[in-house]
Amino acid sequence: MKLQAALDALPYLLSAAGTTLWISLAGIALGQVLGGAVLLCRASRSRALRRAAAVYVSFFRGVPLLVQLLLVYYFLPYVGIDVPPLVAAIGTLGLASGAYVSEIFRGSLNAIPRGQAEAALALGFSSVSVWLHILLPQMLRISTPALVNELILLLKASSLISVVGVTELTRTSHTFAASTYRPFEVYITAALIYLAMNLTLAAFGALLERRLAVAG
Amino acid sequence: MDFSLFLHYGPSLLSGLGVTILCWAAGAALGIVAGFVIALLRRLPIPPLRWLLRALVEIVRGTPFLVQLYLLYDGGPAIGLRLADIPTGILALGIYGSAYFAEIFRAGFESVPPGQIEAALSLGMSPGAILWRIRLPTMLVAIVPSLTNMLIILSKEVVVLSVIAVPELMYQVQSMAAETFAAFETILALALLYWLMVELVSHLGRVAEHRVTAFMGAA
Repeated sequence: MKLQAALDALPYLLSAAGTTLWISLAGIALGQVLGGAVLLCRASRSRALRRAAAVYVSFFRGVPLLVQLLLVYYFLPYVGIDVPPLVAAIGTLGLASGAYVSEIFRGSLNAIPRGQAEAALALGFSSVSVWLHILLPQMLRISTPALVNELILLLKASSLISVVGVTELTRTSHTFAASTYRPFEVYITAALIYLAMNLTLAAFGALLERRLAVAG
Repeated sequence: MDFSLFLHYGPSLLSGLGVTILCWAAGAALGIVAGFVIALLRRLPIPPLRWLLRALVEIVRGTPFLVQLYLLYDGGPAIGLRLADIPTGILALGIYGSAYFAEIFRAGFESVPPGQIEAALSLGMSPGAILWRIRLPTMLVAIVPSLTNMLIILSKEVVVLSVIAVPELMYQVQSMAAETFAAFETILALALLYWLMVELVSHLGRVAEHRVTAFMGAA
């Protein structure tokens, strides 16, 4: 063990950790949009839409993320779309987390008593304002802990995008490990950075949960 | 593309599937045994041991599997741990899984009503008999869904082993993709196969859940 090797790599690893963090945040933001859209499809009257949403969720939860990444990576040139690997990677993370987020949303929607929406409709709320004023605010509160958890999972999963050539924390530590011949120290440092990010996120999630909790 | 290619690559794909199943089964078995031991040890009234185990579980759960794999594979030799690729993969899966399984077993232990244990003690049952005949069967009902879920997660982590050249299914498919220039079709085939496998395992999990619940209901 040489501490110096870890210290030399630290500034580069930290800046790469920034990349990892914003990629994960972008992924979960996209995932929330997709998850919300999937939830609307699942709640819709059209049978085809409901079926399509169920297949989407089942596929992206059933196929390993690395396979999904390679699938998108090879699919885009196959149909003639040329985007940078970073965009493809964020897109795939978003697609994958969308499937999980839609399930989180579905769970939180089920946790809201049905009578509330019915009462609002009976009072003359439009279905849009039922969503905006009754369901969404509560769903957001109920799903926050699970969403923070999903962000942590995504942050760890984002290490896989190093395999398709995006330079983030894992890729940078791989390069450093190979060039310095100090893989043990470099990977331990990278692991500790991941751990620190995840513990911070978990603490932030716990704080949010307390803030959003309804008194009584 | 020419689908006879799949026939030509049949043997290597089959051996890849074999390695995938081997790594999955061995890694999961290792993870379940180690996780159970960790959960048991965490119940001992030795605070330093509990803190240490808790820290280990948090470290494993807080870091990406890929980084753990690189650490073991590239960093292992630096501290004198030299293993072939398949054993490295199995060990990595086992370590990764053990942290999650330990948490599942911990929750399982906590789900057993204390009254049952007190009743068993007052009937004169030994601690071993209580573990085997009261705690385990009762907690099994509570943890079967989480166990299935974790087994599915582990099966999906097996593809990550391709990164350190473990010749599992993903690795074989990637070599096939590189040789045939039909990358998209081969990866799509792999994705569909995985989807099928995961659906199958989660179906089996639901069957197991049903059986266990029915058994406990009858008892």
